[in-house]
Amino acid sequence: MNHRDRLGRFLATDPADVGCEEAMAVLHVYVDLIADGRDAAAAYPGVAAHLAACGPCGEDFEGLLAAVTSP
Amino acid sequence: MKPLEELVAALDAESAEWVAALTGPAAERAQREARLHGMLVRVALHELGRRRTTSPWLAGVELEDLAHQAAADAMLAILRKLGTFRGESRFTTWAYRFVILEVSAKLGRHYWRVHPPVALEAEAWERLPDRFGLDPAEHVQRAELVRAMGRAVDETLTAHQRRLFTAIVLEGTPLDALAVRLGTNRNAIYKTVFDARRKIRAYLVANGYLEQEGTGAR
Ligand SMILES: [Zn+2]
Repeated sequence: MNHRDRLGRFLATDPADVGCEEAMAVLHVYVDLIADGRDAAAAYPGVAAHLAACGPCGEDFEGLLAAVTSP
Repeated sequence: MKPLEELVAALDAESAEWVAALTGPAAERAQREARLHGMLVRVALHELGRRRTTSPWLAGVELEDLAHQAAADAMLAILRKLGTFRGESRFTTWAYRFVILEVSAKLGRHYWRVHPPVALEAEAWERLPDRFGLDPAEHVQRAELVRAMGRAVDETLTAHQRRLFTAIVLEGTPLDALAVRLGTNRNAIYKTVFDARRKIRAYLVANGYLEQEGTGAR
């Protein structure tokens, strides 16, 4: 990937992105769907778009998923 | 049936047990609260350990205290909001969300103890190439792109957008830490930077520095 691609990808914004507040409001539901092996991104595409683009919400997502799936 | 009984009947067995115990007789409730508290501390400690790998600045920070504070605050929020739990997820997943969010909030505040605030710089453009791993071998193109970014920021962003974009993207300030410093929340900052990214990208595309493809909309 060259520098333009990298920069372009960082600057790209997804119109479906719901933002932090909405994503965090359903994070528990989203994580449980994944823990149950279901397609959370299909059920909540705007949340999936957000988690892919927002560093801190992505961290919270990884953390909650780890908390419910680790013994 | 009373509403609580209706709710408990609709939950999976384990979640129903949690709600019943946390709203039950005092002795049972106290026992269950203590158990939940222990689980929250464990999750907070585990999460802070995990964050060490993604937030290098945490390397020297004593995490035990932060974990207990996060667990205590999460516990208060959980008990306060217990009546809003509707069983859209397992009870424990719902409860753990509070402690994960508390960990993030605590780290946002703690960041400034490790990094005392300095004036936000408007001119940190020399760091941009490293931020995106731009190849020094392409230095002419690189310098051109950096100048174009600078123009996009100057010409298309509002003063507020420019300030937040600079702090997050060029100075690498964590979003939650910036929210604490500016007395706002993560969502408001994200939206501002989102709009800034969109405007800068549109400028770079319009001026031939970036191609239209890869917008995520295709
Ligand atoms: Zn977010």
